[in-house]
Amino acid sequence: MAFESLSEKLQNVFRNLRSKGRLTEADVKTALKEVKMALLEADVNFRVVKQFVKSVEERAIGSDVMNGLNPGQMVIKIVNDEMVTLMGSETTEIAFRPGKSITVLMMTGLQGAGKTTTAAKLAGKYKLKGKNPLLVACDIYRPAAIKQLQVNGEKQGVEVFSMGDGHSPVDIAKAAIEHASKNDNRLVILDTAGRLHIDDDMMQELEAIKEAVDVAQTILVVDAMTGQDAVNVAKTFDERIGIDGVVLTKLDGDTRGGAALSIRAVTGKPILYAGMGEKLSDLEQFYPDRMASRILGMGDVLTLIEKAQEEIDEEKAAEMEKRMKRAEFTFDDYLTSMQQMKKMGGLTSVLSMMPGMGGSQLKQIEDAVDDKKMARIEAIIYSMTPEERSKPSIMNPSRKRRIAAGAGVDISEVNRLVKQFEQAKKMMKSMPGLTGKGKRGGMFGGLKLPF
Amino acid sequence: MGFFKNFFRGFSKIDDEFYEELEEVMVMGDIGIHATEELIETLKDQVKENRIKEPEGCRTLLMESVREMMQTDPEAYAFEDMTSAILVIGVNGVGKTTTIGKLAAKYKSQGKRVVLGAADTFRAAAGEQLTEWANRAGVDIVSGQEGSDPGAVVFDTIQAAKSRKADILLCDTAGRLHNKKNLMEELKKLNRILEREFPEAHRETLVVLDATTGQNALAQARQFSEVAEISGIILTKMDGTAKGGIAVAIKSELGIPVKYVGTGERAEDLKRFDADEFVEALFAQEEA
Repeated sequence: MAFESLSEKLQNVFRNLRSKGRLTEADVKTALKEVKMALLEADVNFRVVKQFVKSVEERAIGSDVMNGLNPGQMVIKIVNDEMVTLMGSETTEIAFRPGKSITVLMMTGLQGAGKTTTAAKLAGKYKLKGKNPLLVACDIYRPAAIKQLQVNGEKQGVEVFSMGDGHSPVDIAKAAIEHASKNDNRLVILDTAGRLHIDDDMMQELEAIKEAVDVAQTILVVDAMTGQDAVNVAKTFDERIGIDGVVLTKLDGDTRGGAALSIRAVTGKPILYAGMGEKLSDLEQFYPDRMASRILGMGDVLTLIEKAQEEIDEEKAAEMEKRMKRAEFTFDDYLTSMQQMKKMGGLTSVLSMMPGMGGSQLKQIEDAVDDKKMARIEAIIYSMTPEERSKPSIMNPSRKRRIAAGAGVDISEVNRLVKQFEQAKKMMKSMPGLTGKGKRGGMFGGLKLPF
Repeated sequence: MGFFKNFFRGFSKIDDEFYEELEEVMVMGDIGIHATEELIETLKDQVKENRIKEPEGCRTLLMESVREMMQTDPEAYAFEDMTSAILVIGVNGVGKTTTIGKLAAKYKSQGKRVVLGAADTFRAAAGEQLTEWANRAGVDIVSGQEGSDPGAVVFDTIQAAKSRKADILLCDTAGRLHNKKNLMEELKKLNRILEREFPEAHRETLVVLDATTGQNALAQARQFSEVAEISGIILTKMDGTAKGGIAVAIKSELGIPVKYVGTGERAEDLKRFDADEFVEALFAQEEA
């Protein structure tokens, strides 16, 4: 059995709907049955799925198909609307205490959810925003947890407050606040030990910390791969200690992340950030509406565009675009475009945000164009003289031989690159634009560049 | 407290509605839709064959087929008494390091000579964490600097295991998501080193799986199988409310047996997998 993503699955369902002229009650029911199974396979909690399907059905049956939409699109729209309603439509920021008062964040969650890593990521993020964060090691149980926080804190250039494992987490938290007020730390992040939601003693410890210090935000860290139990965990943490927000980790895996929907639906608490990797910079703002459309297979187009705008040097891109239109595209441009793609997190990361890019297609592409191949292309281009790079037309067998020797590759690889380059050049002439702010064609056309 | 709760008592007869509800309830236990459908098909045949009329009888039958499916062959533990090299792998945060600490203590208490290899050179302080466990268990450990080559650590561990005539070599690895190509390649490399440098040892590759994980665990198991020959699963965090129903899906689709279960943070909180216990917990009914 192929591992079909939720996006692919829903797309298949809706493709069938699209082929029909009108949206009937039977159509809606067929579609929603698939939606339901797909959501269950995505680990969305069963009760949440049931509620969701019911409300979509109520809205879909008997509703008018809007102008300009076909019946299939209409169902997608309703499913999407409901999903967005469920996920919450707005980005939520962590609320800071005003003025000089200290904002205390308490990180909580099960073992292995990624609290320590997330704490360090958050500290780094807010350090960049000009806060002066203090990380506090309150996990006195897991061997080397304190050390882990210290190492990560050092990497982020953030101070770590620790009293070893000989004091109670409550005392450590209190002392940390005192330390913070003396040292002008406006943000204090408490890293607590992982605990089971049914471990009464450990849950009491969190309650005690909350009583002892003025916690502004209690943040629950949840592994995006969690199954049906996510609801029990989130609910119990919320009922016992009261959570204010959620950070979802390990979203860079291929999990369908149904837990996000469930937690939001059951606790009503916003998801603040998404952990997207092992590097300390891999913490992204969580956009609930985009997550919804991503689940639905619309692709995370918005994130992609935003990311591209952040990373691509606008001026360089504009200049490149001009040159391309005049078909003056050179190997230097080819190299630049490749490096910009790298900045965006590599090809796979970019492609995975695009609509219709399911697991299987992605894997094929990834196999074909891995990082090593990119590195070889780079080596070939670097082995060219400036003249060859700017005037590809002067390329001849003798030059190619020299380039191949310089790059340590076979001459056939140089030939292939030159050929691909010529094709890309041709293609580019007919392309609308590279930067194309928000214009899909431009961005996606641009992505085809190096291949 | 299993996910079935009072389910079987809520129905007075076996009909389509009963099966439909049953299917959904099993899906909710993380068993997964495919394994669930398979189990229900078997159940339907048995119900017809044995002319069962009571939902309670259905329960017994269902439990029996899951138990049968989940049985782990006693032979699967033969490696404990051989010279074995055990590689422990899994995604981030499932409890690999803790599990290795527990395994080390377990084998040590069986009178084995154990050498640990701390080949998680990526996560900050992972080596220190394992060293702490090694000290508690009183076993030797070989570790490398943070950021150093895990292959070198494995190599050194093998040399240490050989010179100390160890019975069991236990190797920790960095948590890796199964969709990260380079990290999976690294895993292949560690395997190659073990094969080349320690051919006389029995090879055991155990995947650690968090019991709270949902259907993604299937993808994990499948993709780990592509780079290594998985000999078993260790199901961790079984002391929570999740009962590890995903293990049923994995056994059903990939045939990988569960070998150990982790139920807490102490060294003794690890035991061999017991299908009877597992099924009882999975299907437990709340007190009426």
